[in-house]
Amino acid sequence: MSETMKNTALFGWVFAMIVLTGIMQSWNVALLILNMGLISAIMALGVNLQWGFAGLFNVGVMGFVALGGLAVVLTSAAPVDGAWSAGGWRIVIALLAGAGTIVGTVMVRQRMATGRARNITTIAILVVGFILYRAILDPGVNAVEAINPALQGNLGGLNLPVLMAWPIGGLLAAGVAWLIGKTALGLRSDYLAIATLGIAEIIIAVMKNEDWLARGVKNVVGLDRPVPYEIDLQNTSSFVNRAEGLGLDPATASSLFVKLNYSILFAVVLVIIFVMAQLALKSPWGRMMRAIRDNEVAAEAMGKDVTNRHLQIFVLGSAVCGIAGAMMTTLDGQLTPGTYNPLRYTFLIWVMVIVGGSGNNLGAVLGGFLIWFLWVQVEPMGLWLMELITAGMADDSGLRKHLIDSAAHMRLLTMGVILLLVLRFSPRGLIPEK
Amino acid sequence: MDFLNALVALSNFVIIPAIAYGSQLALGALGVTLIYGILRFSNFAHGDTMAFGAMLAVLITWLFQSMGIGFGPLPTALLALPFAILGTMALLLFTDRLVYRFYREQKAKPVILVIVSMGVMFIMNGLVRFIIGPNDQRFSDGERFIISVREFKAMTGLKEGLAIKTTQGITVVVAIICVALLFWFLNRTRTGKSMRAYSDNEDLALLSGINPERVVMYTWLIVAALATTAGVLYGLDKSFKPFVYFQLLLPIFASAIVGGLGSPLGAIAGGFVIAFSEVTITYAWKKVLKYMLPENLEPSSLVQLLSTDYKFAVSFVILIVVLLFKPTGLFKGKSV
Repeated sequence: MSETMKNTALFGWVFAMIVLTGIMQSWNVALLILNMGLISAIMALGVNLQWGFAGLFNVGVMGFVALGGLAVVLTSAAPVDGAWSAGGWRIVIALLAGAGTIVGTVMVRQRMATGRARNITTIAILVVGFILYRAILDPGVNAVEAINPALQGNLGGLNLPVLMAWPIGGLLAAGVAWLIGKTALGLRSDYLAIATLGIAEIIIAVMKNEDWLARGVKNVVGLDRPVPYEIDLQNTSSFVNRAEGLGLDPATASSLFVKLNYSILFAVVLVIIFVMAQLALKSPWGRMMRAIRDNEVAAEAMGKDVTNRHLQIFVLGSAVCGIAGAMMTTLDGQLTPGTYNPLRYTFLIWVMVIVGGSGNNLGAVLGGFLIWFLWVQVEPMGLWLMELITAGMADDSGLRKHLIDSAAHMRLLTMGVILLLVLRFSPRGLIPEK
Repeated sequence: MDFLNALVALSNFVIIPAIAYGSQLALGALGVTLIYGILRFSNFAHGDTMAFGAMLAVLITWLFQSMGIGFGPLPTALLALPFAILGTMALLLFTDRLVYRFYREQKAKPVILVIVSMGVMFIMNGLVRFIIGPNDQRFSDGERFIISVREFKAMTGLKEGLAIKTTQGITVVVAIICVALLFWFLNRTRTGKSMRAYSDNEDLALLSGINPERVVMYTWLIVAALATTAGVLYGLDKSFKPFVYFQLLLPIFASAIVGGLGSPLGAIAGGFVIAFSEVTITYAWKKVLKYMLPENLEPSSLVQLLSTDYKFAVSFVILIVVLLFKPTGLFKGKSV
């Protein structure tokens, strides 16, 4: 069987499973899986850029996904009345002062000669800077958070169309990735992993705590969406007529129509990013990246700037994750910082890349769809399995109840088993790198 | 008097909790550092190993409680601990046989082993949730306090109270015993010495006839004991919740790296560095400053440098600072 045939068969099989879901469960569920599968595929492409192309071990994917989500609020939400005049500018000045402190510290450390004088100056700048920063920031934050706290209490956004938030989410993630890469990319692979793990937690902590930014754990709901609302469609007579012509009731038809619109939008983004990633992989730049990955020392001896290339691809991969994060928040219509969990948003993406085939873009996309499908469907399958196992037990048996209640936790177990099986028996993934 | 009050407040809210937390982190970091030294990879499943061990202890404690077995004023969980350690040892040896050994024989790159440990992490996490569920479980019993605030105030007549929880006392005592045993084992016994030799130079150790599989087996056994103890102590002190153990991964790794990966002494030092910085930076200093400063200088705000939710940021910043200035950690660790 040729390679193209095999790949087509793999993709065909995954999509057949999704179609089967549509027939057996409902088309709504199938489209939900498809939409999140598209987003997962984009995230997997981002991680594949970093790990598959360049061998960078980034386990901070969650942070960049969350930044993309934040970008949606900051771009598309309406600005809160009076927030900027009450304290918004003050916050901006405080943040600039904080950034200035750090830049000052770095400059002092670069310019001054090593010794006690340098250490004392460093500490002095940091302490004074921190006090100054808090002194400017705190009143501003209090003023902003006091504005209509039940519904707002944040700065709001720029009121731009929500589709703009996707590239902006990528840019935001890229900017933060650049800062992180500057400090952490010099570290060895293990250290980089822990560092990125920590950064992701910090990004989530900031988003949960800084209520003036995006309301923290109070969540932002009712974000703009790029597609029509179901209720508007149901009130449009032409749509209702057409739905009835297809033999669907207007409620189902409108929800399917909205989801299909999302699918088309997401598919367009996926195709664009996929084509770009493919072109990058086949270009001299992509070959250089793989050369660096396979032998850093040799690549450096050939005059390749390893540190800068790493920084470049770290920023690019993170930007892709940021775009996917913005798309996901748009799909949800709300930003809920409390729900970001590294198992779901970092390690699951890694499972997608490893299972699909690291270093191969097609593999990453396949992994995204396949693992997302399993992540959703393992739960009903587990429940079914548990009911089968416990069928012989008495109805009031405690064990039976426990087993059926625990079926929901089967998915983590299954993901681990899949990852280990693939690593053991097909370590290069379903669609290996060429 | 004001000075004493300040000191008592400081001990009550900063020093004692940080010592207890630091001991827990140190035990966790010792496990990470041993695996790194002997098996040469960062074990992402360590937090979930702790959760698994603690879960066994919780289940056995419940069994003992239902049978009416208690441990007097001490928590029953201490009685359950040895059994939980045995269970965790069995699990880790089983995982090694089934999963890690294959890659060891292949001489796989360390980063592959890290990804493998990610898979093990998923499985253990799922297993714990499957068996005990994702919710909070309380399993501490016995006396709650060694000294309660009221007793302390009556005893000393100070305005500030000092409370030492039984779990905090137990944490420190058990941690000291564990560390003493570990160092005795590593420095005095034949097996311990061969472990250190293997960690220092694998080729030389193999050449002098050390059986690597035996070394690896003992490492997993020790790691199981350390992880379970750390998990149970943390669970007694706070409460048992599977997801919290997963989140402990970051401070534990920070401790091990700050101390120098592969160095047991470093892991302990790192644990306390991280714990003390986390607690001091997220503590509201108003109470202590109120006693220390003259009345007109009394602070109006809480004087809290960072809100408690930023404690991850603290471990992380320390990690970065230490790595920038001393790339191998405070105590010379190793790099792969």
